Amino acid sequence: MAFVTPAFVLIGIFLIFPALWTIYLGLTNYRLTGLEAAQPQFVGLDNYVEVLTDPRFHNSLWVTVIFVIGSAIFGQAVLGFLLAWAMRDWQSRMRRVVESLVIVAWIIPSSVVAFLWIAFLDGRSGTLNAMIGSEVEWLISQPLLSIIVFNIWRGAAFSMLLFGAALSSLPPSYLETSRLAGASTWQQLRDIVLPSIRGHILTTLLLISLWTFNDFTPYLITGGGPRNMTELLPIYVFREALGTFQFGYGSAISTILLAINLAVALVYLRLLRDRAA
Amino acid sequence: MASLFDRTGRGTITVAGALALALAAPSGVFAQEDGPVELSIAANAIEGGKNEAEALWIQDYVIPTFEQMMADEGRDVSVSFEGRGVDDEDFKAQLALDLGAGSGDDVIAIDGIWVGEFAQAGFIAPLEEVVGPEVAEWEGWEQIPEAVQRLASFEGARYGVPAGTDGRIIYFRKDLFEQAGLPTDWQPTSWAEVLDAARQLKEALPDVTPLQVNAGVSMGEATTMQGVLPLLVGTGARIYDEESGLWLGDTPELREVLQFYADVYQNEELGDAEMQLRQDGRDRSFQDFGEGRIAMLIEGDYLWRGVIAPETGIVPIEDREDLVGWAKIPAVEPGRGIEGQDFVSMSGGGGRVLNPNTEHPEEAWALLSFMNSQDAVLEFVAGQTRITQRQDVNDETLADDPLLSFVSEEVLPITAYRPGLAVYPQVSQLLQTAVEDAAAGDSVEEAAQSYQSELEDLVGADNVATDG
Repeated sequence: MAFVTPAFVLIGIFLIFPALWTIYLGLTNYRLTGLEAAQPQFVGLDNYVEVLTDPRFHNSLWVTVIFVIGSAIFGQAVLGFLLAWAMRDWQSRMRRVVESLVIVAWIIPSSVVAFLWIAFLDGRSGTLNAMIGSEVEWLISQPLLSIIVFNIWRGAAFSMLLFGAALSSLPPSYLETSRLAGASTWQQLRDIVLPSIRGHILTTLLLISLWTFNDFTPYLITGGGPRNMTELLPIYVFREALGTFQFGYGSAISTILLAINLAVALVYLRLLRDRAA
Repeated sequence: MASLFDRTGRGTITVAGALALALAAPSGVFAQEDGPVELSIAANAIEGGKNEAEALWIQDYVIPTFEQMMADEGRDVSVSFEGRGVDDEDFKAQLALDLGAGSGDDVIAIDGIWVGEFAQAGFIAPLEEVVGPEVAEWEGWEQIPEAVQRLASFEGARYGVPAGTDGRIIYFRKDLFEQAGLPTDWQPTSWAEVLDAARQLKEALPDVTPLQVNAGVSMGEATTMQGVLPLLVGTGARIYDEESGLWLGDTPELREVLQFYADVYQNEELGDAEMQLRQDGRDRSFQDFGEGRIAMLIEGDYLWRGVIAPETGIVPIEDREDLVGWAKIPAVEPGRGIEGQDFVSMSGGGGRVLNPNTEHPEEAWALLSFMNSQDAVLEFVAGQTRITQRQDVNDETLADDPLLSFVSEEVLPITAYRPGLAVYPQVSQLLQTAVEDAAAGDSVEEAAQSYQSELEDLVGADNVATDG
């Protein structure tokens, strides 16, 4: 007991207290400035009602769902797996080169990456338009697609690494035996590989969907616009709470976000436990 | 548990005791001694970055001169300034957190539009409360026009000293006007004449964007200040009526403004609708105007001083006085502006307040009034001409600059100011959304109605005016 006490104290101070404080603030109309800064009032569930009935919140939730499904689940996971699968037999040097390139996308600081993508997609002098000879303002005509592609590009490395590790844990004899028995690649994948690494897949999906759900980098590219078309939930919180300094309202949205995160995590953990049972 | 405490308990107490002593010392022990009076200045200005001229002025002129002045009076005063160059909103948050915690610098530069909300929060107090009645006797007040004083006032009390003001006008490229057969001494007297000129430009110069009126949410306050509000006062309406305490809702005047946006960006395509949605739309508009791809642009005098200034600007125009013309913003029709005016404008500006928590109110006021003395303000504008708070300084310096003297003489007398209330920034966002909707192709009716319902949510239906 004595040894874990400091840990509990730290968790209490830096994690539990702020979380409880956020929940408390969410029940007030506290702001940074103005009358409500001097005398914040307890407003009960008003903030929550307001958030849940705000069309911008609905829009934001929907945008986030598309973003997570499109860029994390379909994009990063599928692309990451395909890369890992394609490279499993490659010679180590070739493989290291490709891996390094993909990982570079993952480790460059967000602000730099955002700048690169703005330059890449710019309508007047962007690299993409120069390559295909068009003058499309991608960030205005296809904003959501742009940030989905961006996030796939950025996050595929992480899935690739996890899937690569999972695939290398697969005994080579399984695949060889099945090949001798005449199984096609698809059959190998379906009957041997995917079932064997199901736990890894679920863990990866959990990590990347939570990560994508809370990702703020698209803000650096689109600012949530145009016309809220890329206003992901974290961006919505940021603009509502810090754009107008309504800390009470912002805390309420954050609490809702936390609840959604927990729900997503629980679903995955449930799936993982089913597999164990 | 017990063993842990036995071993280290005493040490912990000793350390805690020493810490407590150390913390108590500055206020308890040393403050009694006769050390120098320490003052500090906060401003969002930094050498080599944002508002550099102000930072250099504080470092190289204000601090040494003021310290010397105090020394001559036999007072030992030391002033410090730590530059910063961050987004205005971040600066505001820093100040609010400092002031809310009862700390912060002694003399603080703030935007005039924050005065109301800081005052309501109890972060700042009227100068006469912080210092005393001697504030009213300062010679500077006579030099600062009443309207400009209001920039640093709230509910009739002076919270600080304003630091200059600005005004909004229509800039136009004389070279493009000439090519399109328009006069280079152009001065429209109605919105229709602005649109006529835009049509003529569009006809003659298909590659040029005729008119840029900021419309996007991403341009933030620039959309409100350089777009919605100057148009709105041109219809005779104000966003907030001080007498009735009502905010302007879905009224015929608001719809007129929205219709103007719809005409410019959708119905006649006299402006670039995509530009309004861009993240960097305002910077892009500066660039395009500087390079002759935008013909007319509504902006403040900042464009002249900070953007197209030949040497120091972001998009310098070498011969700006030959290439760039300017005109007052007309009302919808002559006489239809607020106060029956033919022309209108909007103004803002910053100021400096005293921290009510200051330990040395007397010296802080001496510093603040020194910073606003004729000598100090003259020194401030030596590097960069601008409209200052002081009439005596303006009389001396503005004559050399045709645009700034135009703004000072022709625009400031007809200008209007934003309401300094805490809720204003949110109303401003609603206005930005409404004009973005109209500029992006939503119907005027839809944009107006959704503005109305959001505004009712924000300030309460009782506080919204719906008939002109």
